[in-house]
Amino acid sequence: MKNAPQSLVGRMLSPKRLVISGAIAASLITIFANSAFAQDVVVEPLSATDKLGQNTNLLWIVVGAAMVMFMQAGFALLEVGFVRAKNAGHTMAMNIAVFGTGATGFFLVGYALMFGGYYVRVPGFDWGYDHALGSALVGSGQWVFLWKGGWALTGGKFALSGAVLGYFLYMLAFMDTAATIPTGSMAERWKFKSFVAWGFFCGALYYPLFGAWTWGGGWLSQLGNSMNLGQGYTDFAGSGVVHAVGGVAALTGALVLGPRIGKYSKDGKSRGLPGHSIALAGAGTLILMFGWFGFNAASTLQIADGQFALVAANTAIAGAFGCVGGMFWVWKRTGKPDPGMIMNGLLAGLVAITASCAFVDPWAAAVIGLIAGFLVVEAVFFVDHRLRIDDPVGAIGVHFVNGIWGVLAVGIFASGKYGIDAFGTGLGWNSTTTHLDASGSATGVTGVLYGGTGWGQLGAQAIGALTIIIVMGAFSWGFFKLSNIVFGGIRSTREDEIAGLDVPEMGVFAYPDFVGTSETFAEDETPSKVPYSKV
Amino acid sequence: MVHLVTAVIKPFKLEEVKEALTGAGIQGITVSEVKGSGRQGGHTETYRGSEYVVEFLPKLRVDILCASEDVDRVMETIATAARTGKIGDGKIWSTSVERVMRVRTGELDIEAL
Repeated sequence: MKNAPQSLVGRMLSPKRLVISGAIAASLITIFANSAFAQDVVVEPLSATDKLGQNTNLLWIVVGAAMVMFMQAGFALLEVGFVRAKNAGHTMAMNIAVFGTGATGFFLVGYALMFGGYYVRVPGFDWGYDHALGSALVGSGQWVFLWKGGWALTGGKFALSGAVLGYFLYMLAFMDTAATIPTGSMAERWKFKSFVAWGFFCGALYYPLFGAWTWGGGWLSQLGNSMNLGQGYTDFAGSGVVHAVGGVAALTGALVLGPRIGKYSKDGKSRGLPGHSIALAGAGTLILMFGWFGFNAASTLQIADGQFALVAANTAIAGAFGCVGGMFWVWKRTGKPDPGMIMNGLLAGLVAITASCAFVDPWAAAVIGLIAGFLVVEAVFFVDHRLRIDDPVGAIGVHFVNGIWGVLAVGIFASGKYGIDAFGTGLGWNSTTTHLDASGSATGVTGVLYGGTGWGQLGAQAIGALTIIIVMGAFSWGFFKLSNIVFGGIRSTREDEIAGLDVPEMGVFAYPDFVGTSETFAEDETPSKVPYSKV
Repeated sequence: MVHLVTAVIKPFKLEEVKEALTGAGIQGITVSEVKGSGRQGGHTETYRGSEYVVEFLPKLRVDILCASEDVDRVMETIATAARTGKIGDGKIWSTSVERVMRVRTGELDIEAL
């Protein structure tokens, strides 16, 4: 029953769970009955139960969207806490403005490019998403690269339905999460003007590109059909689509910007530039964890099959094991359980479970989270000490490295219990028509530990991961390099950076009543030589 | 004659110093939050795997005006109260003061204490 709607959708259905899929349990029975007779769209008057079911599903994703948007508060506090007081206003401004700029781009063109060909054709669910808003813009069939349709949410009756708008709102919140990730790694030295351009770019083009290839039903999601690779690239709530895609931009952005003044000594030794408030960062981490339940659990997009409870439990388990793994590993490595790394460990576990949270058993969630906790510590140290890329908040280790890990984990740990076509029409996750079991049903999403289509699934995940690293990496790197030309450098001036970006860029002090936040340095005095509390 | 006794102490010792001074009959102290380093020159901490130097540690500076003949007694009182025996207990010094005036009454020098 779990994957009901998907089984009936046409070839263009997205991988992300059926928008308006099943209803609450009672109404699901009705749908099941209808579907047996109705392969084509037959619009019948909805029963009161059906309407209740649809609206309850819709409520679920609208509440989920609000929870995911609240994660922006978590990002804001986390990043502000990890930067020095003299940049707190600038960092906070980025975390607020990115919602506006990203959402503007996503509303105008991003959503149409990503989901223009998305629809769910389930009898009894004729409430807006029974037809796609548009069609392919680039590519066709199993190899679609971009969609068109629903520009600025216009385009006929569909655009105004609750289903489309609820889905748009939910996806908008995910875009926002991806867009804000680079503001962490690039904090304390990113020219605000260039950051504003990033927000529009990410919402309009950058995020929708990989999104169209995956959740929008594009070529990566169709690898199961086109190349016989499991159920195609599968990413339940976005370890790859959101976190690794945002994370790789965090990596390329920090690479183009270069390290903060004083971060590395002349002989290349990394220096700590402590953030000004562990308390704010900790509160941000916990707010992020709360929002994550909207991020993952509401990604069922329906409440009919109760799968969201497993998703939520797996999310909490992976977060807990990531927290413990990060805490013990940094303790062992440095002798102290650094609070910032405990936070990063928790978030790493959450990022890593996001792709597989609906497909794995709880024990696997624990393993995925524990490995994430270890990975994030090593990744932060490697990026900082070896690559010498300055990432004030650990965004690269948390979102990029563990996003990739989460994508691959689907191909390893997916149990095959979810994503099975309950209606027996032969379609699996991502509307895959290959890999049927003996009775003709599509098999669930299966990782290598469970045999079956595992190696093919891991192959699809690996292709997705490589696409993020290479294609999205190059796309974001190109954007930042181009911005360097357009904006005369995306990095703030040396004087502004030393003074702190709050006043030169934003015209305000974050903490006007505290001595020391406005202090400037002599020309040849590097910030790291001065204790951070004076900086 | 009046002297100014200045003590730099560990912040958590302020209460004990204040009580000891009151017990010794000294009234009126001025406290400021300061930072400084002594012979150790601060210390090194690790933040997210990278070391950083805390070169100046937070301290409290206590200023007391007293009659010159009380200076030794005041310094001894503060030292006894502020001592932990560990590094970073601070310093006390005195300087002679040329003029003192009570703002409210205009009284001068020893009458102004």
